[in-house]
Amino acid sequence: MADQICRVLRDGAVEGEHAPALIIKDCTDAPLGHFVFNHIFTRLHSYVSLTKSQSKGVVLIALSRSPSFYARLLNAQGDVLDTSDNWLRVLDCYTDPLGWKSKLSESGSISKVLVENSVNTTLCQNVKDLSNLTSKVIELGREMVGEGKERFAVAIDSVSEMLRHAPLSSVAGLLSDLRGHDQVSCMFWLLHSDLHEIVSVAALEYISSMLANVEVIAQVPNGQKFNSENLSLIEQNFRRGRFHVRFKRRNGRVRLMSEELSVDQSGIKFVPVSSEELVIAQSLVPKVQFNLQLSEKERDDRAKVVLPFEHQDNVKTTQIYDGRRSLSENQHENKHEAADDVQKTENPGNGEIIYFRDSDDEMPDSDEDPDDDLDI
Amino acid sequence: MSSLAPNLLDEALGFDVATSTITDRWDGCRRVILIEDSVETSGAFVLHHFIKRTLSPLSSDVVIFLSFSHSFSHYDRVLRKMGCNLVQQTENKRFLFFDLLKFQCKEGNVESVTMALYGKVHKALEICCVPDTKTKVLLVIDDISLMEVATNGSSNQVLDFLHYCHSLTSQFGCSLVILDHEDIYTSTDLPTLLLRMECLADTVIKAEPLGTGLAADVHGQLTILNKGVSDVVGKKRSKSSNFHFKIKENNVEYFYPGSRT
Repeated sequence: MADQICRVLRDGAVEGEHAPALIIKDCTDAPLGHFVFNHIFTRLHSYVSLTKSQSKGVVLIALSRSPSFYARLLNAQGDVLDTSDNWLRVLDCYTDPLGWKSKLSESGSISKVLVENSVNTTLCQNVKDLSNLTSKVIELGREMVGEGKERFAVAIDSVSEMLRHAPLSSVAGLLSDLRGHDQVSCMFWLLHSDLHEIVSVAALEYISSMLANVEVIAQVPNGQKFNSENLSLIEQNFRRGRFHVRFKRRNGRVRLMSEELSVDQSGIKFVPVSSEELVIAQSLVPKVQFNLQLSEKERDDRAKVVLPFEHQDNVKTTQIYDGRRSLSENQHENKHEAADDVQKTENPGNGEIIYFRDSDDEMPDSDEDPDDDLDI
Repeated sequence: MSSLAPNLLDEALGFDVATSTITDRWDGCRRVILIEDSVETSGAFVLHHFIKRTLSPLSSDVVIFLSFSHSFSHYDRVLRKMGCNLVQQTENKRFLFFDLLKFQCKEGNVESVTMALYGKVHKALEICCVPDTKTKVLLVIDDISLMEVATNGSSNQVLDFLHYCHSLTSQFGCSLVILDHEDIYTSTDLPTLLLRMECLADTVIKAEPLGTGLAADVHGQLTILNKGVSDVVGKKRSKSSNFHFKIKENNVEYFYPGSRT
């Protein structure tokens, strides 16, 4: 499914239509959105560098991670990067988003801000001005692909940051302007859903054609103090999550799919839900030391056992256990058992549970009704 | 040096126990740590622990301390009992204290005042972080809720300030420790400031009273949640953990639930 998302983004836009757009949504309890974003970003970057995709370059608007972080990320994937990399442009809204550093360095309080040169970076010093941001993105994209018909992809690493600096209407405006631009091949952005009102999240979901939602895999009871039990649930949520994807087709058809994702040192993995459950079921069984399975014969034998206190519907009068029996009754019963033993040897297929009281002193449990389950 | 032996808190934070010096332990640990405490259980002792660790005589690391809640003499008294002389460390330029008790923004100048404060912090870092030295810097903010009060409740300005402090972690390789209170935010509104800080943080340390009520031998529990989001390049990520603590006169004992009779 993550592959499918990557393929849709790789194939890009159809002439005269909006570019496909993906919103990646996560929450504080399952903070794995960044991993999904990084995964899709690196995949798209490698498609672009191998010229397998419609887009000929990626413009990354970095708001919550430094450009050097992405340089390290791509290097870790084995992609060789240098400033002549013609597939990536980073618009750095992380280092100095409000222009404080440049103002301070102009007044001489601090030394000059150095632009990180690990990747091809352009500094943005006023993220509040979104129309300027839009034109900068297009400028950077054209720098890579030229003014012709070639297209580029746009990635925004956290729209949540953007929403802190500008109202929803302008952010939505920026996203849909870029999506509608004829040189944009595809777009994707990250959103932390619980930082915003539901309406804002819904509004941004409308602008996108795909939604990738990371949800918690283990529900932690709300408002509970931490203990070792729910700590392991929280721990799980930091490593694994449910991954719901919603595709919206051109004709209005909506398709929903689910997967699970897990993150470890080697990276991010997506697994189909069903197979994951199967693996768990298989891995649990051999750990039990006892044989829990019954053979066909054992099952038959078990069905034949007549439980004590069960109404036996035979000729004998039904004996009701009252907890106190006289000596004569006991003797009488012993005779019965002797007869039963004979019967049993004749018909070994019939199981029976026989109950002897240890002594006459034993009293019935005071808190239970001895006649509770009798069918009289 | 026995007081510097790593304890449960150090282990939970992933300091490498095997290496001998504190500098090595901090190495590669540039990250954001959020301490959330509550009215009944103060998390200040975790801050003291960080200060003491960083100012250990085995390293040359520096603490830049932004205090909105207490004066210098308060921390000096606490740390002196723990065996760390802040006056001396200030003279050695290893403890830089910003007294912000009187920090107050007026209507309309919030941004310029917070920007000026950021400028001072940035300048201090420039002086401390001389290139080609192993000096690591720990930037501590005690506490962020009082900064919100000083900026007339403008949480957005506080977040701008924090974002710039966060950018320092990648520029200078410093670590950032923030203290905040968990129970001062109403449940009806979105507790955006706290949630945003949790998003920003790589490690969240929660100090809470015991779920089972008060106990004489246990003063509360610490929960350490390691998100390890910033580790893309396959660094070791530590697990989350939960343990109890008892604050004594000059140190704190950490132990697993049920391990004490």
